[in-house]
Amino acid sequence: MNKPEQVAYLDHAATTPMVPEAIAAMAEELARTGNASSLHASGRTARRTVEEARELIAERFGGRPSEVVFCSGGTEANNLAIKGLYWSRLAQDQARNRIVFSSIEHHALLDPVTWLAKHEGAEIDMTPVDATGRILVDELRAAVERDPSTVSAVTTMWANNEMGTIQPIAEVVRIAREHEIPVHSDAVQAAGYVPLDFAASQLDAMTITAHKLGGPVGIGALLFRRELEATPLLHGGGQERDLRSGTLSVPLIAAFAAAVDVTVGRQAETVERIERLRRRLVEGIVRVVPDAIINGDPEPGAEHRLPNIAHVTFPGCEGDAMLMLLDAQGIECSTGSACAAGVPQPSHVLLAMGYDDVAARGSLRFSLGHTSTEADVDRLLEALPAVHQRAQKASLVRGAS
Amino acid sequence: MRVIAAMSGGVDSAVAAARAVDAGHDVTGVHLALSRNPRSYRSGARGCCSIEDAGDARRAADQLGIPFYVWDMSEEFADNVVDDFIAEYTAGRTPNPCLRCNEKIKFAAVLDRALALGFDAVATGHYAQLETAADGTIEMHRAIDMGKDQSYVLGVLTQEQLAHSLFPLGDTTKDVVRAEAARRGIQVATKPDSHDICFIPDGDNAGWLGEKLGPRPGTIVDEDGTVLREHDGAYAFTIGQRRGLRLGIPADDGKPRFVLDIEPVSGTVTVGSRESLVVDALDCIKPLWCGAAPADALDCTVQLRAHGDEHRATVRVSGGDVRVDLHDPASGIAPGQACVIYDGTRVVGSATISRTARVAVS
Repeated sequence: MNKPEQVAYLDHAATTPMVPEAIAAMAEELARTGNASSLHASGRTARRTVEEARELIAERFGGRPSEVVFCSGGTEANNLAIKGLYWSRLAQDQARNRIVFSSIEHHALLDPVTWLAKHEGAEIDMTPVDATGRILVDELRAAVERDPSTVSAVTTMWANNEMGTIQPIAEVVRIAREHEIPVHSDAVQAAGYVPLDFAASQLDAMTITAHKLGGPVGIGALLFRRELEATPLLHGGGQERDLRSGTLSVPLIAAFAAAVDVTVGRQAETVERIERLRRRLVEGIVRVVPDAIINGDPEPGAEHRLPNIAHVTFPGCEGDAMLMLLDAQGIECSTGSACAAGVPQPSHVLLAMGYDDVAARGSLRFSLGHTSTEADVDRLLEALPAVHQRAQKASLVRGAS
Repeated sequence: MRVIAAMSGGVDSAVAAARAVDAGHDVTGVHLALSRNPRSYRSGARGCCSIEDAGDARRAADQLGIPFYVWDMSEEFADNVVDDFIAEYTAGRTPNPCLRCNEKIKFAAVLDRALALGFDAVATGHYAQLETAADGTIEMHRAIDMGKDQSYVLGVLTQEQLAHSLFPLGDTTKDVVRAEAARRGIQVATKPDSHDICFIPDGDNAGWLGEKLGPRPGTIVDEDGTVLREHDGAYAFTIGQRRGLRLGIPADDGKPRFVLDIEPVSGTVTVGSRESLVVDALDCIKPLWCGAAPADALDCTVQLRAHGDEHRATVRVSGGDVRVDLHDPASGIAPGQACVIYDGTRVVGSATISRTARVAVS
């Protein structure tokens, strides 16, 4: 087996390497004993670490420390936000059974919403998007204003995980605020790449997770406005404001904070460097494969798209064949869509953007991060023409059979 | 060589992949997703289709240290195997979907894709042996383990397909393969074999066809044409079937009756005695030859169903048709079944049975 000697990792949107500071913080805490809920000295030490982490994360994301609810990650935070708000609002007013969300949400939001519709009788209103993957705000407004008194919550992701397209959160918040409807945003992909200020955004709830910004997998947080109520999903010790139970993981929380500190601290310079790399990537792709289409919003900037994601359609190719051929050469990317038993399904995001099934299957997502180099990009560009040619041939064979 | 190892999640394909690695090939494991809804096809050693099977295949690939992917062949499988199975039953024939899958999916769609992507061959866990003859022809022979021999379901493969196929288990018995899997620490080693049709979850072919085709009433008649009862669909019957006929009235001679013939248009099912089931001549169509077609009458053996007996026969090819005269008569042979022709252990070719002729009763 000819294993590639080095790996060009172009899948940072799936997960990105931990920053050394986070690894160090985690290792230090792993060696220490103490339950943050215990009353003795070890417990107090653990509690202090947790609270310092909470304060740092709150400060970096524009929230108050008490608004940071630690949980296991993005999926749990999204579930807590949307189910918690739905149940708590419905308990106050039986008429509020409607959820307004977008057609391009990650499965970690999409699936809890559709689960509520299927099992809890929620009415759901899906906001469509334009061809760049940005929600149509007028449609969202129309959905809310059809009967604002029945809306339980509005949710729109900050930046889409496949396209990188940034959503008009300020406008979403304005619409929801006009009708005093709580509004949530899944900011998992945005955190670390665009400035996030929870207070200034006027969101009621915002999801972040550590492993997308240089921290460990298994820890995330829901920023949740103090005065708001939500029904908890996990009942027990009530460690996190009674919204979330479970012994706090001090090592994970310490590492999360260390990653936030480093990544958000260096955000401006990292983003500038990554944006330059992305330009090299997309210009290179179009040069070596002229019929490749770069999807999403072409404009850079925090109002438009994330600096680190390039989503590309290769007409007449199957994304999974290209992925496999690139993988064999140590170049790692993603088809950018969910899998069922390992089979890439056509992305619901691309379908929502108006792409057909075939185009949706012929796409790859390349995503950059803090460890990405020009050499990574150049290795892809060097391999791409031959890989593209082979995948095209395989696709033709398939069409003929 | 760069080799795609088709890995079902079962023990045979895992050991075949391991042997391909040991032989020095650059192996990539591929699991074929054959169902759009991965829960709908049965789970089992050869089920090929469930999430659990994909997971087992992935674990085996991990243990071998080879890359692993799932290839979505569900459209090809639905079009070429499932739809064909339904169409054949509708036409009153009895198809073998495993043969069809080998012909159209594993050694066609998968092989073509593999070759286009720069691979040289596809390795599977089938029990059959390949040998290269002096003239360069690739010969397929029966496996050493006659109990596991699968040359019958591979009898549809052409020279071009065989040139890009590897069957690493053909020289081994199943016991040895199981022991080898255990020695290699492959977790699937204790899975049972499966012999059922993978896309019919509970093995109830008639019930499955009934759901797909709906009621198609017809009659069951005896050899004189006397109507014995009505039925809901001829697809519930197979030639040679004895059980489940629910005829009520016994035959005049008191002997058991068997399905002799199915007339697809009217849906008439004819039943009769065991003696009437015996055939000694077959007309076959759509022959596929492993090498050259036999020029003259060939004295050979034929196999008429998976794990069926060998029958001595003489085969004559004329145009696109094949006439098979059986020296050892066969019983319960249905149009649609494959007749695989052997010269000793070597597969000569195969053809689809279109008509059977009964032994003249003197």
